[in-house]
Amino acid sequence: MSRIFAIASKEIRQLRRDRLTFGMIVGIPVMQMLLFGYAINFDVRGLSAGVVDEARTSMSRALVADMQASGVVKVTEYAPSIGDLRRSLRSGDVSIGVYIPADFERRRLIGDRPLAQLLVDGSEPTIENIARAFVAMPLPKRDGVYGASARQVFEVRTEYNPEKRTAVQVVPALIGVILTMTMTMFTAVAIVRERERGNLELLITTPASSLELMLGKLIPYVFIGLLQTTIVLVAGSLLFDVPVNGRLPDLYMAAALFIAATLTLGLLISTVTRTQFQAFQLAFMTMLPSILLSGFMFPFDGMPKAIQWFAQVLPLTHFVEMIRGVVLRGAPITDLGVQAAKLGVFLVVALAIATLRFRKRLD
Amino acid sequence: MSTHAPNGPAISARNLTRRFGKLVAVDHVSLDIPRASIYGFLGPNGSGKSTMIRMLCGLLRPSEGECTVLGHPVPRDAEALRTKIGYMTQRFSLWEDLTVLENLDFMGRIFGLDGKLRAARIDERLHQYNLDDRRGQRAGTMSGGQKQRLALAAATLHEPELLLLDEPTSAVDPQSRRDFWESLFELVDRGTTILVSTHYMDEAERCHGLAILDRGRLAAEGSPRQLMDSIDAVVIEIEADDVRGARRALDGQEYVKSVAQLGNRLHALLDPQRSDPEASIRTLLEKQGVAGKVERVRASLEDVFVAATGFNADEESSSKQAVA
Repeated sequence: MSRIFAIASKEIRQLRRDRLTFGMIVGIPVMQMLLFGYAINFDVRGLSAGVVDEARTSMSRALVADMQASGVVKVTEYAPSIGDLRRSLRSGDVSIGVYIPADFERRRLIGDRPLAQLLVDGSEPTIENIARAFVAMPLPKRDGVYGASARQVFEVRTEYNPEKRTAVQVVPALIGVILTMTMTMFTAVAIVRERERGNLELLITTPASSLELMLGKLIPYVFIGLLQTTIVLVAGSLLFDVPVNGRLPDLYMAAALFIAATLTLGLLISTVTRTQFQAFQLAFMTMLPSILLSGFMFPFDGMPKAIQWFAQVLPLTHFVEMIRGVVLRGAPITDLGVQAAKLGVFLVVALAIATLRFRKRLD
Repeated sequence: MSTHAPNGPAISARNLTRRFGKLVAVDHVSLDIPRASIYGFLGPNGSGKSTMIRMLCGLLRPSEGECTVLGHPVPRDAEALRTKIGYMTQRFSLWEDLTVLENLDFMGRIFGLDGKLRAARIDERLHQYNLDDRRGQRAGTMSGGQKQRLALAAATLHEPELLLLDEPTSAVDPQSRRDFWESLFELVDRGTTILVSTHYMDEAERCHGLAILDRGRLAAEGSPRQLMDSIDAVVIEIEADDVRGARRALDGQEYVKSVAQLGNRLHALLDPQRSDPEASIRTLLEKQGVAGKVERVRASLEDVFVAATGFNADEESSSKQAVA
C-alpha cells in the first residue's frame, strides 16, 4: 500500500513539473468544450437561409421579416423556384430553406395545413433543432389579420438526415469523449516513457510488484480525470446551460468508474508497446472507434448488430449511456447497474491482463 | 540474511548462456564470486558484461545453465532477492525531473523503509556521498559524477548484501572515479559483495577478483596479480628512434602476437614457446637496419587482456584494444 502511494505521489510530482502536460489537463477540456459548444451555439445565430416566396403577399414578407428579426437566420438569397432552393441547399450555400407556397393566403384562412415549409440541411445535425424552434414560432401579428385558426406556420422537412437529436445530449457525453482522449493517453505512455528513459530497468529490480506499479500509475490519474469532469460540467453549465438533473455523487461515481476503466485500457496499451510513439498510435487507434461507436455521435440503435457487440467492449459506450441517464434523465446510479457492472468487468479484466503482461524482466 | 550456505559464494554460475536470436551474448560462463569482495567483469563493449549482470539480477532469463545468487536460484527466486541486492544500471535510471531528496525518498519507500529509518538513511547517504548541499537539486541538472554518486546512494539505501554495478564510471571524470572506488572499498569493509563491470584497466586492477569476458566467453579468471603472473605470452618492450621502422621489422612474424605503440616505444606480446625471444627481436631489428633497445618487461593487466581475448590476428583491432 505504501509503495502504491509512493509511486502515485511520484507520478503527481512529475506531472506537476511537466508544465505542458499539466496545462493540457485543464486546456484540453476547455478547448473541446469551446469547440463543441461553439458549434452548438453557432447554428442559432446567423444561419444562412434561402427563400422562395411564391405567394408574394405582405403577410409572406412579414413572415420572412420576423424570421430574420429573431437573428437566427439571415436571408442570403431569394430563389425563383423550389428546385433552385434545393440546389443551393445541396451546394451548401444556404443551410435552411424557406418555401412559401402560392396558396399561402388560402392555407392561412383555412388553417388545416401548415402555411409554409422549412427545408433543412440534415447533414448538419444541430440545424434540426433550429427548425423545430421555428415550428413553434407564432404567426406574425400584423393588424390582427391572423386568426387563431392557423395552428402551425411551418412544416419541417429534413432533407438529408431524418434522425432527431438535441444539443443538450452532446455535452454530457462530451465528458466521456474528453476523458477517453486524455486518460488513455496518460497511461498509454506511463510505462513506455519510463522504459525509454531507462527508469524501468531500475524499477523492476525493486521489490515493487507489477500490481503495485499498475495501481500506482493509475490512481493519480483518476483524480485528474475527476478534475476534468468538473471542468466540463462547470463550463457546460456556465456556457451552454446544460443542466445536471441527477445527483452529483452519482455522476462522480459513474465518472470515476469510467475513468479507471479508460486508464486501464491505456495501461494495457503501455504494456504491449515498446516506444512512446507506438503507444500514441495505438491509443489513437482505440479512440476513434470509442468515440464513433459509443452513441455519442450516431445513435447506437442504428448500428449493425456486429458493431453493437464490438461497441460493448469499449468503456465509452457504457459511460455515454450512464451519463445521459444521470445528467439528463436524472436517473439514480442504481438504475444504471448493468452499465456500471460492464465497466467494472472491463476494469478488472484489463487490469489483470496488463498486470500479467507486465513482466518484471527485460526479455 | 541468506538462509542457504551463508558462507558459500555470493554468486555462483554454471554454464550460464544467453542467446538473442543467433547472437550468443553469454556463452557457457561458469564462475564463483566470493562474498565481501569486489569482483570485476572486464571486457570490451558487446562482450556480454551487461547481459551477465542482467541475468544475475533476474532481468533476463538464461537460455541455458543456472545461477544462484545469495543462495537463491535465479530467475525463479528473483523476487526474494529484490531487497538483498542493489543494482546500478549502465545508464542513469533515477528520475531526472525529481530532486535528489525526492529520488532517494521514493527509492526508500519502494524498498519499504519506514519513516524514521528512511530519513536517517537518506541523511547518512547524502553526507557519505557528498550530496548534502544538493538535496533540492533536480537530478537531471547534475554532472556525471554527481548523478553516479546519487545512483550509488539510492542503490545502497536498503543496505543490500550484493551490489551489481554495470559500468558505473563510464560517464565520470578521473577524480570522481577514484572517489567512487574509495566508497566501494568502504562498502566491502562492511561486508557487501560488489560485482562491477568495466572496460577501464585501472579499475579492473583494483578488483579482488576479475573475469575477462570476450564475445560472451569467459576468457580468463583470477585476481589481477594471478592473471599478470600467469600470462600466456612474453612481453617485450622496444625503444627505438625509428619506431615505425621497428614496427615494420616485426610485421608478419608468426610468433609476434600483438604490437602496440606507446610514444617512442613498442610493446609486443610474443609466443611464450619461442626460445630466447629478445635475441630473435634484435635479429629482426638488425635486418631492418633499425637501432633499438630490447627489454623483457612484466605483463600489465592490459597485456593479460590482449592475450586472453586471443590477440586478434588483425593488427588494427589489436592496437585499438591496446589503446582502450
